[in-house]
Amino acid sequence: MTAGLVIGAVIAIIAAVLVALPFIREPAPVDDRLDAPDELERRRLALAEERDRALAALKELEFDHRTGKVSDEDYRALVGPLRRRAAETLRALELRAEATSSRIPSHG
Amino acid sequence: MADLGRAALVTALGLLAYATVAGTFAAWKRRRRLAASAQNALLAAFGAAVAASAVLLIALARHDFSFTYVSQHTSKALPLGYTLTAFWGGQEGSLLLWLLVLCAYGASAVLWTRRIARDLLAWTVPVLGFVGSFFAFMLVFVSSPFATQAAPADGAGLNPSLQNPYMAIHPPMLYLGYVGLTIPFAFAMGALLSRRTDERWIVATRRWTLAAWTFLGVGQLLGAHWAYVEIGWGGYYAWDPVENAALMPWLAATAYLHSVMIQEKRGMLRVWNMVLVALAFCLSIFGTFLTRSGVIQSIHSFAESPLGGWFLAFICIVVVASTVLIILRLPLLRAKTRLESLVSREATFLYNNLLLVALCLTILWGVIYPIVSQLVRGETSTVSKPYYNFFLHSFGLPLLLLMGIGPLVAWRRASPRALGKTFLWPIAAALVVGAALLAGGAGSSRVGVIAYTFSVFVLASIVLEFTRGTRARKALGTETWPGAFASLIARNRRRYGGYVVHAAVVLLAIGVAGSSAYQTVRERRLGPGDSLRVAGNVYVFRGFVTRREPNHQEIRAVVDEYDSHGHKVARLAPGKNRYFREQQVSNEVSIRHDWLTGANSYLIADQINANGTVDLKVLQKPLVDLIWLAGFVFVAGSLITLWPDAREERRLVERYAGAFAEA
Repeated sequence: MTAGLVIGAVIAIIAAVLVALPFIREPAPVDDRLDAPDELERRRLALAEERDRALAALKELEFDHRTGKVSDEDYRALVGPLRRRAAETLRALELRAEATSSRIPSHG
Repeated sequence: MADLGRAALVTALGLLAYATVAGTFAAWKRRRRLAASAQNALLAAFGAAVAASAVLLIALARHDFSFTYVSQHTSKALPLGYTLTAFWGGQEGSLLLWLLVLCAYGASAVLWTRRIARDLLAWTVPVLGFVGSFFAFMLVFVSSPFATQAAPADGAGLNPSLQNPYMAIHPPMLYLGYVGLTIPFAFAMGALLSRRTDERWIVATRRWTLAAWTFLGVGQLLGAHWAYVEIGWGGYYAWDPVENAALMPWLAATAYLHSVMIQEKRGMLRVWNMVLVALAFCLSIFGTFLTRSGVIQSIHSFAESPLGGWFLAFICIVVVASTVLIILRLPLLRAKTRLESLVSREATFLYNNLLLVALCLTILWGVIYPIVSQLVRGETSTVSKPYYNFFLHSFGLPLLLLMGIGPLVAWRRASPRALGKTFLWPIAAALVVGAALLAGGAGSSRVGVIAYTFSVFVLASIVLEFTRGTRARKALGTETWPGAFASLIARNRRRYGGYVVHAAVVLLAIGVAGSSAYQTVRERRLGPGDSLRVAGNVYVFRGFVTRREPNHQEIRAVVDEYDSHGHKVARLAPGKNRYFREQQVSNEVSIRHDWLTGANSYLIADQINANGTVDLKVLQKPLVDLIWLAGFVFVAGSLITLWPDAREERRLVERYAGAFAEA
């Protein structure tokens, strides 16, 4: 066996240990399920993305209006629906946050 | 040594195959430890690829000709720099570089996103593993850089056109670009497989995509400059299939970078973005296939081999699998909003996308036409420069114009009055310059005048955007003008970095239009003392000088250049190099840069005759240096865009606080 093969074998062993590490660290875990957002969390995520989109759009609209890219007329027509959408998503997120916190038992 | 290289590659293959199979099973059955194990396999594969690459580098540095690869691509007289860059000078080494870069990207993506996209990553890892397995398989079973032989006394040397400083940087840049496109592809497919089609895959891959796109763009510009200074035909882009192979994924990725903004801002084009990501990745593999298979004649086909069939099969698998997956997940990819107006920012992005993809596909058709004609008619026909130029003008000029229109149009909709107000100055500037150009005699090239006029329009719109933005920020508070300018950019790096990239594209367009539409070419046989007049300047041939280097002999024709007033402006020395070991002759051009005007005097010694005469070709190329300047501006714009934004990071952390939580 050449020295190259020996070093190669050492690399393979180190790699195998690294691959096996999650099992070595937790030989008998309480929960081995892959973490993923549940339906509730996914809904919150969608709302958060929608909120950010609406807020970013509002910010963009304000800026475009200030720089003259959007006329006063267009600004008035666009700003209302955007504000409403942002407010709706913010409200929905708050409701969800309240609902989630009320589900968490208190240990006081 | 070769044993170690082979063992490292086999280990990499095993790890990547494990990442594919175990990763798929873990994601499917939702096994946490197994998913983490698959991720670790990807990290370990990077280590194995580093070990294999180190072996090849050491073999090259030691001139170990018992490695077939080393003996085929280097020689004892080859300078050390080129000896090391021969790593990617041949097919096997290039494949190893692909694997190394892929594993590096994969490992980095795993480390950087494992805390923020755990469920996505579970399906992304097998996709990365699958792509990596393909390249590792090729290296182990089809095209190994560690094949050995009885060591010959000397190697065959390196192709002379590869003996250029650009060899050290151009191929790695292209590979960083090509391979980098695997990351958005893997995350996109991971999102589809896991049915998590929210924006996380976009957020997770935003910087990777931008970085890959930047590398690919810089790689192409470096390749163009390499061709310009080394190949010796006076141009920088020849629509060569392999050049096109790098351009196509870049165009697809450019389209994606624009359309993904519409998804982020409006929730539209979700299917289209998936298609573009898959297209960009498939085209990057196709590019490697073209370079490595030798299926199409190209100056870049340094290596022809039986790799083509394997690559074709891999491309087919990727195309079919990604198409089926996108179709299966169509219900999840429905747009959340509709286009409100055909005159809006998102509409201009859409037009830009259609033009970019149309240009990309027409180039693709030009590239594959020889294969199609061979299959259908039994004879190989090729499409030439006029075909590509026609489509470049047809799609490229409207694209240039859109670069100026887009930033000036508001999101959602724009009224005619606002448009008139916003467009006034850019249109006025463009018309004034266009008229001045026509009056100045630039009308000899219609395309040239249109390109310049559009370029001025785009530059004026960019300047206007920065000016109005800075003024608006200044009006908000107590900032100074420079402070307002800096905070304008800092608060929206993607937008203003993007404008800087647009400015780079304009410089490129001006450089290309100037150097191609308005260049002057003269050619004549000259004896010592003879002269040639080109565009007002005079070139006088003085005689030859020779010099011997360790691995080649140089011969140069000494030519003095005089301006129209008779003042000597430069001594130039075009010539040829004769490489002993490689038994090849290379053309060595001589270039004078006029840093004020961006023009070049480009001299080629087409033929050096035994009777002491030289067939001298002189090209006067106006504005050509703007193309290379565009490269620096492009990098600056990309860096602005890529620079981390703490506010944005905080917002994303808050947004994904629940979904990205540690398990």
